[in-house]
Amino acid sequence: MTTLTPVLTDNWGDERAWTLAAYEARGGYQALDKAFAMAPDAVIESVKESGLRGRGGAGFPTGMKWGFIPQDNPKPKYLVVNADESEPGTCKDIPLMMASPHTLVEGVIISSYAIRANKAFIYIRGEVLHVIRRVQRAVEEAYAAGHLGTDIHGSGFDLDVVVHAGAGAYICGEETALLEGLEGRRGQPRLRPPFPAVAGLYASPTVINNVESIASVPSIIANGHHWFSSMGTEKSKGFGIFSLSGHVQTPGQYEAPLGITLRELIELAGGIREGHELKFWTPGGSSTPLLTAEHLDVPLDFEGVGAAGSMLGTRALQIFDDTTCVVRATLRWTEFYKHESCGKCTPCREGTWWLVQVLSALEKGQGSEADLDLLLDQCDNILGRSFCALADGAVSPITSSIKYFRDEYIAHLTGGGCPFDPSRTTAWAGQEVTA
Amino acid sequence: MTTTPEKATDLVSLTIDGIQVSVPKDTLVIRAAEQVGVQIPRFCDHPLLAPVGACRQCLVDVPDAGNGRGFPKPQASCTLPVAEGMVVNTQATSPVADKAQQGIMEFLLINHPLDCPVCDKGGECPLQNQAMTNGRGDSRFSAGGGVKRTFPKPISISPQVLLDRERCIVCQRCTRFAAEIPGDPFIALVERGAQQQIGIAEDAPFLSYFSGNVIQICPVGALTSAEYRFRSRPFDLVSTPGVGEHDSCGAAIRIDHRRGKVMRRLSGEDPEVNEEWITDKDRFAFHYATQADRLTYPQVRDRVEDGGDGSLRPASWPEAFAVAARGLAAAGGVGVLTGGRLTAEDAYAYSKFARVSLGTNDIDFRSRPLSAEEASFLAAEVALRSPGNGGVSYADLETASSVVLAGLEPEDEAGTIFLRLRKAVRARGTRVVAVAPYATRGLSKLSAQVVRTAPGAEAAAIAGLDGVDAGSVILVGERLATVPGALSAAAALARRTGARLAWVPRRAGDRGAVEAGCLPNLLPGGRPVADAQARVDAGTTWGVDHLPDAAGRDADEIVAALVSGELGGLVIGGVDPDDTADPAATRAAIEAASFVVALELRETDVTRAADVVFPVAPVVDKAGTFVTWEGRPRPFEAVFASPGSLPDVRVLAGIAEELDRPLGFRTILEARAEMQEMGPWDGERAGHTAVDAVPAGGDGFALATWKLLVDNGSMQHGDKAYLATGRVAVARLSPAAYDAHGPIVTLTGDRGSVTLPAEPADLDDDVVWVPANSFGNGVLAGLASPGSRVTIAKGDPA
Repeated sequence: MTTLTPVLTDNWGDERAWTLAAYEARGGYQALDKAFAMAPDAVIESVKESGLRGRGGAGFPTGMKWGFIPQDNPKPKYLVVNADESEPGTCKDIPLMMASPHTLVEGVIISSYAIRANKAFIYIRGEVLHVIRRVQRAVEEAYAAGHLGTDIHGSGFDLDVVVHAGAGAYICGEETALLEGLEGRRGQPRLRPPFPAVAGLYASPTVINNVESIASVPSIIANGHHWFSSMGTEKSKGFGIFSLSGHVQTPGQYEAPLGITLRELIELAGGIREGHELKFWTPGGSSTPLLTAEHLDVPLDFEGVGAAGSMLGTRALQIFDDTTCVVRATLRWTEFYKHESCGKCTPCREGTWWLVQVLSALEKGQGSEADLDLLLDQCDNILGRSFCALADGAVSPITSSIKYFRDEYIAHLTGGGCPFDPSRTTAWAGQEVTA
Repeated sequence: MTTTPEKATDLVSLTIDGIQVSVPKDTLVIRAAEQVGVQIPRFCDHPLLAPVGACRQCLVDVPDAGNGRGFPKPQASCTLPVAEGMVVNTQATSPVADKAQQGIMEFLLINHPLDCPVCDKGGECPLQNQAMTNGRGDSRFSAGGGVKRTFPKPISISPQVLLDRERCIVCQRCTRFAAEIPGDPFIALVERGAQQQIGIAEDAPFLSYFSGNVIQICPVGALTSAEYRFRSRPFDLVSTPGVGEHDSCGAAIRIDHRRGKVMRRLSGEDPEVNEEWITDKDRFAFHYATQADRLTYPQVRDRVEDGGDGSLRPASWPEAFAVAARGLAAAGGVGVLTGGRLTAEDAYAYSKFARVSLGTNDIDFRSRPLSAEEASFLAAEVALRSPGNGGVSYADLETASSVVLAGLEPEDEAGTIFLRLRKAVRARGTRVVAVAPYATRGLSKLSAQVVRTAPGAEAAAIAGLDGVDAGSVILVGERLATVPGALSAAAALARRTGARLAWVPRRAGDRGAVEAGCLPNLLPGGRPVADAQARVDAGTTWGVDHLPDAAGRDADEIVAALVSGELGGLVIGGVDPDDTADPAATRAAIEAASFVVALELRETDVTRAADVVFPVAPVVDKAGTFVTWEGRPRPFEAVFASPGSLPDVRVLAGIAEELDRPLGFRTILEARAEMQEMGPWDGERAGHTAVDAVPAGGDGFALATWKLLVDNGSMQHGDKAYLATGRVAVARLSPAAYDAHGPIVTLTGDRGSVTLPAEPADLDDDVVWVPANSFGNGVLAGLASPGSRVTIAKGDPA
C-alpha cells in the first residue's frame, strides 16, 4: 500500500499557512540560500538529476527544459509560471497557490536563478481572483522581506516577479498562447519553431513551467535530488498532487508518489460513493482518454497510464459511478471544448461545432448507429490535424467513451433517449423531499 | 504562383511523392511540391505573407523528416521547411494525407453558406475550386441535420470593403496582409471558436491605402468591394493586363471587363515591380473614364470675329484638324503644355509635334510647380537612366544599406515604393532617412529617421545628411523642384558619397515625358537641345534639316509669354490649371492666348476656353507605355477597340498633316517603332548647373503640402466608396501652435483662405502642413504656393 507523501501539501493545514510568517516558521526560503551557494548550472543539474518531469500534463523533464535556454543569447531570459489551471477536473495549482503561495514564490526565485532570469511572470487564471490576490500579497511580502528585488539574500541576484491575471480562455494554458496573452495579444497558439526556449516571451529565451513543477523545486534543493528521485517509479520520479473529484467519499488533493494506483487513491478517499461502483474515470483531466474499473490497478505514472491507452496529464482524477450517463458526460465536455476552441485552426473550430451537434442528437436518442462511426470519423479527422493539442483533448472523451461504452450509446438510440436519471448523479441524490 | 527569385546557393534534396527534387534551403514543402507538379490545396498560405498554419488544408504525410524518423501526424506543408533526405507524401500518393485533406475540407464547408450562386467569388473561388478537387460530393453535416452558424449579412469594415462573416474561413490572410504588408493592422480576429471573425475597432475602420488587396487575396467571398459587389460573374469577364496610371510606380494591374465596360481592376503579378499588391487608387479609381462629362467628339469654336456666336460646336475630325492647323499657323509663336497622364508614345508625339510641326522648343510636361534647376537636373541626372543602366530599381531599394527620402512621401505619392521599402525595413532592417516636415504615419511605418525640415530648408538638410554611403539610395520627389538648390544638393550628396540617386515624380507619364523630350531643354532620348550634334541626330531620324536651336520656354515661361503676348497659340493636353504653379496665371494665359487647341478626356475649364477641342482616348482605349520612376518601360495593350476614341498621337498627327509638317506616324505602334529607331542619345549628356540654396524665412507659417493618395484629383472621380476612404483634410501644426490656434484654424495665404480642423504633429513651430488637393480647388489655387508663408487664425468652431 502506497502512502501519502505530503511535501507541497504538508503545510496546507497550518494556521494562516499562506502568510510569510507561517511559511518561514517551517523553514521557508531557506532552500534559497542553499541554491545561491550553488552555481546556476549546478541547480539545473540537480533538477535534472532529480528526474522532475513537468507537472502541467506533458511530463517534459524540467531540468532538460532549463538546459535548452541558450545562455549565450544576449537577450534577457524569462521565467513564466503557467498558473492558468483550467483543465476540467484539475484542481491542484489553485489550492496550492491559495494555501501556500510562498512555496511557489520560493520556487520561482530558485528557478529564475538557475536559468539566469531577472524577471519572472506568474500567469494566473483570471477567474480565480482570490488566488490572484493571495499570490500578489505573497509577492509583496517576499519583496518586503528581501526575498525578491535586488541583491536577494546578499547573493547579487536580482529578480522581479509580475503576477499577471489571465482573461478567461482555456487556450491560454497552452504555453505559446499564454505568451501571446502575456504580451497583450489575442491568446492563440504560436507557430513552433521557434520554441519558447529560443524565442518565447518578447522573442527572448523563456522557460514556461507549471506551478507544481516550480513549487517542487525548493524541496529538491533543500532535500537533495536523491531524496526526490527515491520516490516514484523508474521514469516518473517524485511525488505529485492527485486531485480526486466526483463520486468518492472524500474528494480533494492527495499528494503521493507517482505510480500510486487509483485503487489505493480511492481507498485513501474513503471509497466510492456509498452503494455505488466505479464506472469510468479520467486519469488526467477531460483531455485524457477515459479509463474504467478494469484500470484500477494501473500505476499512475507517465508510462503506466500511457500503456493503458491514456495519459497521466495533470492527475485530475474525475471519478464517475454507475449513476452517470457517459454520453451526457462526454457531451458536456465536448460543449466545453467547443466553447473554448480559440478558432485559429479549422478542425478544432469547425469540428467541435459539429461534434456537439451529433452528440446532442445522440443523447436525445436521435440518429442511428452509423452516427457513432461518423463521430469516430470526425474525431479521426480532428486528432493530430489541428494546430495545438486542444482539439486532441476534445476528441479523447468521445473516442474513449465509444470504445468502452458503445452499448450505452446504442441504448440511447434504441430506448429513444437517455436511460439515466441525471439527478441520481448529484451530491444530493436521494435527499429529495416531496411536498 | 510566385516563387521569389532567391539565389539558389544551398540546395536541399527531398523526395515528394516518389520524385526527387532539389530546392533552396528554407523552402516550404508546399512550394517544393509545386516544383514536382503537385498542387497541395491551401487557403491560409500565401507566398508573400508569413506562414501561419491556420487552415490545416495542406496536410501531408511525412514518413521521414530527413533524420530517419517520420512525423506521427500529418504535417501542414505550409509551415514545414524542407530538410535533406525528407520524404513527403501528398494527397497524390498518401491515403493519410488525402483523408486528412478531405476531412479539413468537410469541416471548412460545414459553416460555409451555400450562396455560391450569388457570391462575387463564385467561379474564381479557391474554396469552391478546391472543394471540387479535394472534397466530397455530399454533405454529411447537412444530411445529419446540422445547423450552420449564421451572421447578419455583410458588415462594412471600411466604406470600400464589406465583410460577409458567414463566408469567412478565418484563414487570416487579410489580417496578416494588413499587419505585415502596409502596416495598417486595423482588422483583427475577434471572438473565438466558430464565432471567431474578422473585426475592426468601433472607431477605427480599415482605412488603409492598400485595403483592396485583401479582397483579392481572400480565398472565399468574405471580403467584397462595395463598388463591385454583385456586378458580374468572374466567368463573364475578360481579363487584360495593364499598368497603373495613377503614379509613377508602374504597378502591374489586371483589368476585368465585360461587353466594353471595365467592371473591376485587380493587382497583376510582377515580382520586379509591385509583387502582388496595388494601391486602392490603382484598383478602384477607373470610373473617371466613364463620367458624363467625357468628351466624345471634336469641337470647334465659331469665333465672333469670323461671324460666329463664339460658342463651341461639334465638328468632324477632318474639320477640327484643319481648323486647329489653320489657327496654330496663324497664332504666331505656339507653346505646348502637356500633363502627366501621357503615355511615352503620346509624349513623343507632342515632343516631335513641337519641334517639327511648330518649330519650337517651348514645350513642358510639368503642369505643376517647377524650376529651371529641375529641368537641368532632369537632363543631367535622370534622363536615360534605367535599371541596369545606372538607374535605381525596386530590387535596389531592398538591398540598399539606407534609403534617403527627400520631398517624397511614399505612402501618398508612390505606394509601390512604400510597400517595397516596408518590406526592406521589415526583412533587413534597412535604414530609411526622411527629409520631411514631420514624422508622418507613413514614415513611422517605415521606422524612418526623420530629419525634420521646414519647407525651403531641404537643400541645407540634404547637404547635412550623414550616414549616406555608396550602398545608399537617394530618392528625391518632384516637390523638391520648388526649393532652390535642393536637387543640386541631392546630386552633390550622391556624387560625394557614391550613393545612387533617383527622381520620383508623381504621375505615370512624367518619366516617359522626360525620355520623350517634353522639356524645353531636351529632345527625345535625352538629346540636349543645346547640343548641335544631338539636334542633328534627332533631325536625321525625323528627316528634317533643321530643328529649333533656341532654348525653349518652360511651362511658367510659356504662361508668362502667353499673357504678355509673346506667344499667341497654345496646344494643351491633360493640364488642370489648378495643378500649376500659379493657377490664376495659367487661366489668364489660356484666356489671353489667341488660339488654344485642347486635347482632353473630359470637359474642363481648359476645354471650355479652347478654340478647338479634341477628345482623346483614356488608357483603356489605347496601347501605350508608361515609364516608371526607375526608368523601366511598362508597355500595355488597349483593353477596348473604340474607333472613336483616338490617342493623342493620332490627333497630333492629324493636325501636323494639315500643317503640312507631318509627324510621319499615326498610330501608337508606328510612334513606338520610330522611338526605337531613334534610340537613346549616346553622346555627351547635359551637365547639371548647380543652384545655390536660398535661406528660407519670413513671417507667419511656412506652408508644407503634398497630395494625399486619395484626394480630389479628377482621375479619382466616380467611385464614392473609394473616395470615402480618403483621409480627412486637416491642418497639422506644432503642439505649441495647435494650443495657440486649434482645434479649428483658418489659414490665409496670398491666394485665399481655408478653414480646417487642426491636429498637432511634430512640426516646427512656424510650419503648417495641409493636404494639397483635399479641399476646394486645392492649395495652389485657394491658399498659397508650397513653401510660401501663410498666417493662421483661430477658426470659427461653427
